[in-house]
Amino acid sequence: MIQEKHLKVEAIVLNRSLRVTVDELCEMCRINREEVIGMVEEGIIDPLGNSRQEWRFHGYDIKKIQVVLRLQRDLKVNLPGAAVILDLLDEIEELKKGRIKG
Amino acid sequence: MQFKDYYHTLDIKKDSNQEEIKRSYRKLARKYHPDVNKDPEAEARFKEIGEAYEVLKVPEKRAAYDNLGSGLHEGQEFRPPPNWDAGFEFSGGPAGAGGNADYSDFFEEMFGNLGGRSGQDHRAGTFSAHGEDHHAKIAINLEDSFHGNTMTITLQSTEVDQKTGNIYTRPHTLNVKIPKGVREGQRIRLPGQGGVGYGQGNKGDLYIDVVFNPHPLFKVDGRDILLDLPVTPWEAALGATVSSPVLGGSVDLKIPPDSQTGRKLRLKGKGIPGKPHGDQYVVLKVVIPKADNEKAKEFYKKMAKEMPMDPRSTMGR
Repeated sequence: MIQEKHLKVEAIVLNRSLRVTVDELCEMCRINREEVIGMVEEGIIDPLGNSRQEWRFHGYDIKKIQVVLRLQRDLKVNLPGAAVILDLLDEIEELKKGRIKG
Repeated sequence: MQFKDYYHTLDIKKDSNQEEIKRSYRKLARKYHPDVNKDPEAEARFKEIGEAYEVLKVPEKRAAYDNLGSGLHEGQEFRPPPNWDAGFEFSGGPAGAGGNADYSDFFEEMFGNLGGRSGQDHRAGTFSAHGEDHHAKIAINLEDSFHGNTMTITLQSTEVDQKTGNIYTRPHTLNVKIPKGVREGQRIRLPGQGGVGYGQGNKGDLYIDVVFNPHPLFKVDGRDILLDLPVTPWEAALGATVSSPVLGGSVDLKIPPDSQTGRKLRLKGKGIPGKPHGDQYVVLKVVIPKADNEKAKEFYKKMAKEMPMDPRSTMGR
């Protein structure tokens, strides 16, 4: 049997301190600028920076976009629908932690 | 190969019409979508539902499937009769290249080379393109996040043979460096560790969702960790310095006098590392000695007499 070489791979955490540009975001999520703009306008992702050239996204935005893309593909949800689902998922998460009271 | 009861999977009767099949599929897909349903079984269920619909939604495939015979049930050992699909027409080329090919053996064997797969995965699957992005989950221990650790993970990756177009799976083993301070629910990205590209396309990326194994002592809340620490009545009443576990060791913890069960003490910076570091919260839990002998009972009676109290005085009667 051939013993495969196991390369050690560095993992990048998609957290709040990770910053990516629009182009990097597009490349990671395999989407185009127009789709990014649509999601920003829908309030799904919220970049730092004043102009589109200066936009910087953080790691959670990547995860959010991936969820939106899957919901669109699998359930034929439109963008506003996906935004509602994301909000509700966040709320459920908070409720589970017991942070939102009555 | 095990038989798959697609009607059972979609929770429909064998004589359901196409409209009913679609409706049931949509309903179940919403319910079990892995981004919506956090149950660990949801993803597998979602894939089964998708596979069943893939066959039953196409009348020709459904007819071929029905033709396999009645009386077969889920999981039953099964060999397809020769030429079982003869006489059924399928449109489109073979299903295969570039799908999210997590289908059962049954599906691959029976339907893998029949009429085309629907437009799923148009992003990743098109000809010139980038390999598919893969998603996986790993369970790590809290300590792995605290110290950082390298873990070996093995994933079943599905690949397409560039020459024949056939799909095969092979184990994909990686040593993943778990970054210090990673938290539950976070997604990590391993560039270039996803599916192989087509043509000149680069490899896709691998995304891993991190979950924590339950810890015997600590609970986790974001970056903070919580510990219930049992103390004696005299430690709580008089104050004391006791040893308390923290991630990666233990510290001497000063318990202020007059503490009660539920008192929360903060150990700054002793939570999950980051910017800023999380904290550890120690919640005191006063444990009283058992009154299981005469001497102890006498002692409690003496306490009742000498230091009477009514802990329910504010409760109103």
